[in-house]
Amino acid sequence: MITTINEQQKSGSALLVGSPRSPSSQSPYLMVSVSDPAKMGNGVQAYISYKVTTKTNFPEYDGPEKIVIRRYSDFVWLRDRLFEKYKGVFIPPLPEKNTVEKFRFGAEFIEMRRQALDVFVNRVALHHELQQSEDLRIFLQADEQTMERARSQETGIFLKKPADLMQIFKGVQSKVSDVVLGKEKPAEESDPEYEKLKNYIFQLEDHLAEAQKHAHRLVKRHRELGQSLSDFGKAVKLLGNCEENPLGNAFSDLGTKSEILSTKLQREAHHLLMNFEEPLKDYIRAVQSIKATIAERANAFRQNCELAEAIKFKEIDMNKLRITRSEKLGEAQHEYEELKADGAEATRRFEKIVKLMNEEIIRFQEQKTLDMGLAFHEFAKGQADLANGIACAWRSLLPKLEACSS
Amino acid sequence: MMGYENQGYEEAHLYASKEQMASIVLADDFSPPSDGSKSFPDDPLSSSQFVDIPTNDTDPLQPSPSKQALNPSPSTIHSILDPPSYAEAVFRSFDFDSVDSGDMNGQDGSALASPSSSSYYLKISVSDPQRELEQSASLVPGGSSYFTYLITTFTNMPEFSGTEFNVRRRFKDVVALSDRLAESYRGYFIPLRPDKSVVESQVMQKNEFVEQRRAALEKYLRRLAAHPVIRKSEELRVFLEASGKMTLVRTTDVASRMLDGAARLPKQLLGGKSLDGGASNMSEVTQPTKGGRDLLRIFKELKQSVANDWGGAKPPIVEDDKEFFEKKAKLQDFEQQLINVSQQAESLVKAQQDIGETMGQLGLAFVKLTKFETEEAIYDSQRACAADMKNVATAAVKASRLYRELNAQTVKHLDKLHEYLGMMLAVNNAFSDRSSAFLTVQTLLSDLSSLHSRIEKLEAASSKIFGGDSSRIRKIEELRETVRVTEEAKTCAIREYERVKENNRNELERLDKERHDDFVNMLKGFIVNQAGYAEKMASVWETVAEETSGYAKK
Repeated sequence: MITTINEQQKSGSALLVGSPRSPSSQSPYLMVSVSDPAKMGNGVQAYISYKVTTKTNFPEYDGPEKIVIRRYSDFVWLRDRLFEKYKGVFIPPLPEKNTVEKFRFGAEFIEMRRQALDVFVNRVALHHELQQSEDLRIFLQADEQTMERARSQETGIFLKKPADLMQIFKGVQSKVSDVVLGKEKPAEESDPEYEKLKNYIFQLEDHLAEAQKHAHRLVKRHRELGQSLSDFGKAVKLLGNCEENPLGNAFSDLGTKSEILSTKLQREAHHLLMNFEEPLKDYIRAVQSIKATIAERANAFRQNCELAEAIKFKEIDMNKLRITRSEKLGEAQHEYEELKADGAEATRRFEKIVKLMNEEIIRFQEQKTLDMGLAFHEFAKGQADLANGIACAWRSLLPKLEACSS
Repeated sequence: MMGYENQGYEEAHLYASKEQMASIVLADDFSPPSDGSKSFPDDPLSSSQFVDIPTNDTDPLQPSPSKQALNPSPSTIHSILDPPSYAEAVFRSFDFDSVDSGDMNGQDGSALASPSSSSYYLKISVSDPQRELEQSASLVPGGSSYFTYLITTFTNMPEFSGTEFNVRRRFKDVVALSDRLAESYRGYFIPLRPDKSVVESQVMQKNEFVEQRRAALEKYLRRLAAHPVIRKSEELRVFLEASGKMTLVRTTDVASRMLDGAARLPKQLLGGKSLDGGASNMSEVTQPTKGGRDLLRIFKELKQSVANDWGGAKPPIVEDDKEFFEKKAKLQDFEQQLINVSQQAESLVKAQQDIGETMGQLGLAFVKLTKFETEEAIYDSQRACAADMKNVATAAVKASRLYRELNAQTVKHLDKLHEYLGMMLAVNNAFSDRSSAFLTVQTLLSDLSSLHSRIEKLEAASSKIFGGDSSRIRKIEELRETVRVTEEAKTCAIREYERVKENNRNELERLDKERHDDFVNMLKGFIVNQAGYAEKMASVWETVAEETSGYAKK
């Protein structure tokens, strides 16, 4: 099971699996970090590459340490492969593709992306199932050519078209529109607890989206307030030049302090962005990943049902054939056996997904509580520090001002 | 005119989401504002249907944390110059202890406050607007109406004949008062009266307009009452005291009469008897401001000023008061900076408003999230998360309220800047008085010099004729007489000019002193306010940081 996840995930450094901090050569460890973003290429084809460092003693992996260079689409490849292979697991989310901002490649954007990618890879490495993945090993170890080949090979097959995803989601939400459009209503689970979970997930996303929207605005407001304070400070200084000292000095000090506070506000805006808004966005992405898993489960369920039906029909067929003593009976029986095998497989797959999801949801809630707890802490601390700084700065002006009135 | 379009800081009526917040409640101990100020609807404390948050910090801003700072922002500059309303007498703000008690409650916020020496008070209030019909036949058939206002005065000033007065006045009377004061107190920084704003009768009927005008009149009269010299004026006294129709004497300055008709002058100067029934000392109600009498003077002075600017010859005399011109230039610079700061202050207030609003909305979103998680919780981890969220939501909502209050106070303090902007208009008027007085002197000197040269020419021509030229001699006599009279006028004009200069000087001194004090208080108030609210916010967030410290990175 996974222990002290929280700090380790965020820092991207020492990650241990099932044991306390210090890595010893005995107990298995897998430590990953994403760092050193570098702009590559020019113009439209420009992209960012990242250094991915792996420290491990897993037998399948090369040496105690290996460094590879990866780009965003490599991460996407990994995520897609994991999603295919590990149905039922909530695959850690990736930061958005963001094609527009990509062009500008602002420093803040790059840092946010790097941080999110680091978190992603660490979560994968910490997950007791996912860390076993062969694809993970390829991602962490393979040279660039192999990686590129793997990446271009798989995109065609595994990349879900948006239309497919939409269809899946429709099924999941059991919209009446399906009937209206003439499609047969796909088979659905009727487990009330699962229904509750699905509703929870969908509503949660809406709530989180709203919170994130305001968090985003709050970042902007800090910047705006900082800007006005700076402008105000400059104007106040000029006004102070019209006054005799010591009043003139007092104005001048006020102006200077305003400019200092403006800087503090800009800093806090950045801090809010990275440590409060970003975790919220991460939470939303995680919920979206869960939705994808929900869709997979619906798929598996439907397949299972379809096969079960096919088996039943086959049985009826076979009985008919038995009665008429047809030669086709043997063939039919053969097909029947195959169907039954497929059915058993489908049932197994579905049940595995259900089992995994049940575990995952608990893990998810625990993880989220820790993640959000930290985000809240950072938010509160940032605001408290800012406010204290502001109060201090203003109060320091008073002694001189007192001298003016005497 | 400087175009201060709509410089009133927006009403601190800030948050649309306030109504939303009212329905999702966090029970805490902010008490609702009790002054009924319309910016702050009742705090959503009543129904604590949702979450009970046992906060144990009592808000030191009680009892009335949020006091309205501003009137609604009309577009006329004079109304914008209004000082904030007077709830601050009750408000226990942060700057209460650090501000001289004389400032906040004493003088109705006018820019040049506290006639410090006297303990005489002059308290004026304007109320009870009422519609009345025009008595005399007007050009417009159907009878027009106007509003009158009840002016109530309490005073112990010896100039008044009692201690309490109630009179009814209409806006026309205020205009008359303002005009008379402008005539009598040339060179003084006289507060500007509210705009006439030509309105149609429909607009007049709107309560809002009447209310705005009432408030503006009150501010204006209070400012007059705060001016150490003008409060003792006869004009103000008559306005406040005399019941029935108001009469304000119109004095005609001597120099003006000089320039119009020298012939008429001597008797006026020497005997004080009225010559024509018109311009005299006993006049009835309001006279037209610019009658035919003044036109000649205006024309002459205009001619003179054009000659000064464009004529090749040097003007008769030039102002050489270097100190004054330096002062004037400094004041112009001051005015410019004041405009600048005022604009930036407005942006600052807006930014503070915005951040408070967004913080509130964020809090609200988290309140909803918390409710959701609490209702749907299956796992303990969810409950823990919901509890954390609740703390953050509460803090955010509190912070939002603090921003709002901070802003209301900020507006109040920075409003001083605004008032001084208005003051600068009065200053410019006073400087204009001086310029025009000087122009009068110049004009008279020009007159004199042209009279002298005419006399010279006539004398030269007449001397060529043997035995004298009786018509020319007669003419010369007349001109000499005119010269004599004009000399006296010149003396008067110079005296007037010196008087205006002296008034300017005194007022400038007063402005400097009071500006210094006002600005010190403004800065103190602003700073203490900002610091105080920042400290409160820090405390709110520190609590949450403490509660969530378990999650912190080691």
